[in-house]
Amino acid sequence: MTAPTLAIDDLRLGFRGWAGTVEVLHGISLHIAKGERVALVGESGSGKSVTARLVLGLVQELRGARYSGRMAFEGRDLGALSRREREALRGDRISMIFQDPTSSLNPVYTIGTLFHEVLLRGTPGIGTAEARERAVAALADVAIADPGRVLSSYAFQLSGGMNQRVLIAMALANNPALLLADEPGTALDVTVQAQTLTLMQQLVARHGTSMLFISHNLGVVREFADRVYVIYKGRIVEQGPTEALFDNPLHPYTRALMAAVPRITGEGIPEIDEEQTGFYAPLVAHPGHSEAELRP
Amino acid sequence: MKPLLQVFEVSKTFDAGGKPVRALDGVSFSVLAGECLAIVGESGSGKSTIANIVLGIYQPTSGALLFQDKELPDVRPLALKQAIQLVQQNPLSSLNPRRSVGASIRLALDVHDIGDRAGRKARVGELLEEVGLPADFAGRSPAALSGGQRQRVAIARALACRSELLVLDEPTSALDVLVQARVLKLLADIRRARRLTYIFITHDLAVVRNIADRVAVFEKGRLVEIAPTADLFANPSHPYTRRLISAVPVTSRREAELRDRLQEPLDADL
Amino acid sequence: MKRAVFILLRNPLSVLGLALVGLVVLAAVFADYVAPFPDHKGAVVDFLNFNKAPEWPYLFGTDLVGRDILSRILFAYRISLTLGVVVLALAVPVGVTVGLIAGYIGGRTEFVLMRVTDVFLSIPPLVLAMSMMGLLEPSLTNGMMAVTVMWWPWYARLVYNLTRSEREEGYVLAAEVIGASRLHVMFREILPNCVPSILTKMTIDFGFVILIASSLSFLGLGVQPPTPDLGSMVAEGAKYLPDSWWLTVFPGLAILVVVFGFNLIGDALREILGVEQ
Repeated sequence: MTAPTLAIDDLRLGFRGWAGTVEVLHGISLHIAKGERVALVGESGSGKSVTARLVLGLVQELRGARYSGRMAFEGRDLGALSRREREALRGDRISMIFQDPTSSLNPVYTIGTLFHEVLLRGTPGIGTAEARERAVAALADVAIADPGRVLSSYAFQLSGGMNQRVLIAMALANNPALLLADEPGTALDVTVQAQTLTLMQQLVARHGTSMLFISHNLGVVREFADRVYVIYKGRIVEQGPTEALFDNPLHPYTRALMAAVPRITGEGIPEIDEEQTGFYAPLVAHPGHSEAELRP
Repeated sequence: MKPLLQVFEVSKTFDAGGKPVRALDGVSFSVLAGECLAIVGESGSGKSTIANIVLGIYQPTSGALLFQDKELPDVRPLALKQAIQLVQQNPLSSLNPRRSVGASIRLALDVHDIGDRAGRKARVGELLEEVGLPADFAGRSPAALSGGQRQRVAIARALACRSELLVLDEPTSALDVLVQARVLKLLADIRRARRLTYIFITHDLAVVRNIADRVAVFEKGRLVEIAPTADLFANPSHPYTRRLISAVPVTSRREAELRDRLQEPLDADL
Repeated sequence: MKRAVFILLRNPLSVLGLALVGLVVLAAVFADYVAPFPDHKGAVVDFLNFNKAPEWPYLFGTDLVGRDILSRILFAYRISLTLGVVVLALAVPVGVTVGLIAGYIGGRTEFVLMRVTDVFLSIPPLVLAMSMMGLLEPSLTNGMMAVTVMWWPWYARLVYNLTRSEREEGYVLAAEVIGASRLHVMFREILPNCVPSILTKMTIDFGFVILIASSLSFLGLGVQPPTPDLGSMVAEGAKYLPDSWWLTVFPGLAILVVVFGFNLIGDALREILGVEQ
């Protein structure tokens, strides 16, 4: 039996500040099997982004951060890794795509230089010529018509949609086992967002990459993910396969979310109660989709 | 219904580092009194430019605007500023972080000399209650409010002017789903109660479907289609409109069916 | 408030800064009671005890006419602090107003105001002050004027840059759409958002104003004897280095303590008020 690409168990996180400790995550558990696309969906402040940052090891060193729980990548305990080992994983075996494509690319270097740097993480000592060859191939994969021009451009000379494709190509260039995508495409126009998501979907499937997809946009999640975790104020409240979860949401919070999304079929604006007590109800898993049942 | 605002052949050219960029290209439409007209488009469509022209922040390069059948002058007198107000997208930046919520609302009352001095404090409380906030929020700083509460304050400030036309510039785009639903409901209720006219600018077609009476679709500075909301979604005539609708990420089977139905003629065009 | 205390106490350096400045201010205010020889602030001569190395009761030694150096430092602090307050009280309002108007109104007004500011900024501060003092007669008042003239442009620059970025904020647009006057937008909307940066700069500058004023008196262009002044004390003592080291070292340290203390407080304030660098 192979270990899941990512397994998180009872992850807790708090920040100690002037007003005492603020709990951000109250013990969340989730996993991503090999080649699976899993969505973590929630509103702002739910703790969804900080979870991804914990996996990348970006939160642990912040002042006042207190965390506990277990995170394992392909069976290796991430907590037991040294800082150097964790950094070696980043950008090679685990990569990430952030929300705003243009600000994620350093404006001082050309895309070609940035791409070379990315490839160096996976293939130490790779030369300029070989890196360029691989970059051209990777950019062609994301349907960029003239990779040569893009490689000699700077991020600010390209459109948001083009930068997003460049980032996708970079994120997959080293064939990572896990891709973390934090609200990808939220900063883009709808038509461009739709195109890049389709593209990302195809590429991830072809590379067999496992993916954690973090989003507040229910529609995007429905179209992209195999399985969904719904997170509310640092707690996973519902988990299940995408279709079942959208057709038949079980948890009061998920139901409220689904009711609140405006629909293009024009069902009016729903009345949303200010009452939110039901939102703290315990985790509901769809049949056969609890952590215990899914994990080998 | 009578038109409240008429836009005639309005063009706007910006100077971007020496070369002119045409942000709006001969746009004409009317906003009827009491309706909610949605202006839809992506970045570069000119939807923000037309909003700024309606508000008098930009002057059109050519063309004219008529408000209540009178041409809008370049320099607007206070009375016209009072008649057309704005709710911005980002409530975090639209409220001054160093002034209390009450002071921000009260500014509108002071500038337009609405009510006597003693009555204004009470008026601020009434406005807060009208947008569903307790009157004693007046003393709070914006930092102590959630995103939804801040946006309610911004709406109260626009209402304080007793305007006839509200330009709503992506008023719910920065909000979470649940908060968005509540704010949309509030906006719809206020429009009915106060008989206001809205220009609702957004990129979100799902929101448009549920709040607008008519929709104007902008693409690259041109108005490509304008139609009653239900008609536009049932039978979009312009290919760009179809493309926009079919790019909306949907959450239910019914929506997916509608979308797939719209996609077919699109493919047939190609 | 609770947050401010938390941030302050988390950093021992901020506490040190607060302690240093607090001590200096208290000592200066109560110099008449704290100083071992209060009358040594004036033209006192005590040839029995002149040029003495530190020893009881002269903790910091005595100068060439036998005056207690510690006492003179405490009285010099009083003058330095007054000078700092007066200079900033004059320079800051002028600079802030110029910066706000230039940054908000823009156009030709901005061009004229900022070029004038640039002219002042392009002259080395000490040279500017020295040439002014060359025209006027050296005195405390004229020294303050000279320092003020070289100080306001820094605030004009700071507030100009802040205003340019605040002008793009939604709340400015909101006030303009409502129809608020330019004066309202500048002084009631934008200015409050510049206050944290201004306060932080003022705190750090307080130390530097004292330093510059000391440099002027070091050159003989500031406070005139027999009034005690840190800069003139260093200048006078420098002639007798290294033998009579206490003549320069203690006044020098006194300057260092004030400048350092105000800098530390400035850094803490920057964090408390959330000022971006």
